[in-house]
Amino acid sequence: MNDLNDISLSEIIKLVKSKKISSVELANHFINNIKKGKKLNSFITTCFDQTIKDSKNFDKKQNFDGLLPGIPIAVKDLFCTKNIKTTAGSKILENFVPTYESTVTNNLWEEGAILLGKLNCDEFAMGSSNETSFFGNVINPLENNFVPGGSSGGSATALAASLTPATIGTDTGGSIRQPASFTGTVGLKPTYGLCSRWGIVAFASSLDQAGPMTKNVEDCALMLEAISGYDKKDSTSINRKKENYSKNLKRTIKGIKIGIPKEYRVDNMPKEIDQLWKNGIDILKKSGAKIIDISLPHTKYALPTYYIVAPAEASSNLARYDGIKYGYRSKKGNNLIEMYEHTRAEGFGDEVKRRVLIGTYVLSSGYYDAYYLKAQKVRKLIKGDFDNSFREVDAILTPSTPSSAFKIGEKANDPISMYLNDIFTVPVNLAGLPAISIPAGKDHKGHPLGLQLITKALDEQKILNIAFAMEKEIDFKQSLNRWWE
Amino acid sequence: MPIDKNQVKKVAKLSRISLDDSKLESLSKDLVSILNFVEELNKLDTNEIKPLTSVIDKSLDTRDDTVSDGQIKDQILKNSPEKNEDFFIVPKVVD
Repeated sequence: MNDLNDISLSEIIKLVKSKKISSVELANHFINNIKKGKKLNSFITTCFDQTIKDSKNFDKKQNFDGLLPGIPIAVKDLFCTKNIKTTAGSKILENFVPTYESTVTNNLWEEGAILLGKLNCDEFAMGSSNETSFFGNVINPLENNFVPGGSSGGSATALAASLTPATIGTDTGGSIRQPASFTGTVGLKPTYGLCSRWGIVAFASSLDQAGPMTKNVEDCALMLEAISGYDKKDSTSINRKKENYSKNLKRTIKGIKIGIPKEYRVDNMPKEIDQLWKNGIDILKKSGAKIIDISLPHTKYALPTYYIVAPAEASSNLARYDGIKYGYRSKKGNNLIEMYEHTRAEGFGDEVKRRVLIGTYVLSSGYYDAYYLKAQKVRKLIKGDFDNSFREVDAILTPSTPSSAFKIGEKANDPISMYLNDIFTVPVNLAGLPAISIPAGKDHKGHPLGLQLITKALDEQKILNIAFAMEKEIDFKQSLNRWWE
Repeated sequence: MPIDKNQVKKVAKLSRISLDDSKLESLSKDLVSILNFVEELNKLDTNEIKPLTSVIDKSLDTRDDTVSDGQIKDQILKNSPEKNEDFFIVPKVVD
């Protein structure tokens, strides 16, 4: 049944609904792929016995009402799953077994999906290459020794390698869109507040959003529809009617106004990225869109702002790891304070420590105004840039990343060069907007490159419709020889 | 130099992370480069700008202060690294 690797989630659902394949057969197919895909290191935990039990149960009941009937799905290991280990890629949560289920994963199961396992990610989602995970690097299925991006690197690899038919990740500064771009897949970061954050291991609460990662735009609409919705358990959840993104999906470009921000043409940007962007603009023009040059003047301040706001929030969120209520506890230390200090020194990896220290510093007495308050003010200006632009245009087109996937270790010793990866994705999180990355071409090595579409808040349907039309024109083809099997 | 080694030690203390002296050098270097990177913001005059604390155009939801669950003692204690009947066990805090 090798063709199951080449078809989309939506096509798989059709096979299930027309009873051409059972849920158990599907589960066995993906379990088999996962077992043969160990080299990619994309899974931290699997729960195959439960998967088979649940899919047998589905086949017995034959209830096809949900959006994802009997579909096995693996999720990023940042979503708490009841009675299934949830590590956030960290030693400090190595043995943590939640007694509750995150809202977005619960939404998946309510729609008929079945859990395959938990996917590797950067520790506490802090990273852009999946190299900060306590559970080791994830390999990009495009080529051995290349990173899949991060922090949702395990999700991107498992999806691209067909170890799961679709998945979900989280995006604080690009953690869905950048790995999607690096693996030739589709990734959407929804509007802040569209998907509940309840039960997701927190990194930076004013920026974190869950979102779908899929093989095409149609699947993306379906998955977004499944996971989004108001949740009273998340105080920043937006209370509005659930939308039928998949039903309302239609290819729309004609007459749409697309903004091209000049500030995204950064120094030293590879020619291939510039060319990719131009190709995207040409496609939109040919399909009847109106291209408008715009300016987002504070773009260059987005990364410095992010690297104050995100670590500040992270240092507060990660204060909960004290070795008492849950998680790892060090055996060292002669008193309570020393126990805390050793627990956190042994339990956190280097990147997490860097960010907790930076966050603590920028929030500390005497520095708060100079750093944190300043960053919140600049954040206001960055959001203002977008607000102004969306009075003029429907959507903004940019490259997703300043490069294609890089080699493992290439940027690991220089935090700043790693941070620069997120230069095109971070502004969107600061402004709370939705953005999608779709595969749009390949570089000279044959590695995928993505284009990003951004709209104003809650315009997900418009993003999906434009992306759906562009996808058809771009006609991106991924060819994987499954070298890892 | 936005931060020196002594300040790094102080911040580590505030963060409750014990720091090996062997790691202090490289960590300080990293923190200096990150703080230099964010210095860029000082080029902007933001005197008249109000800070943005939430991207959502609403105030946080409130709810009645009532009990909505309970009797989940076992769940709360389940993941504790050290417990004894109904209690979390911590190192001795009073002499």
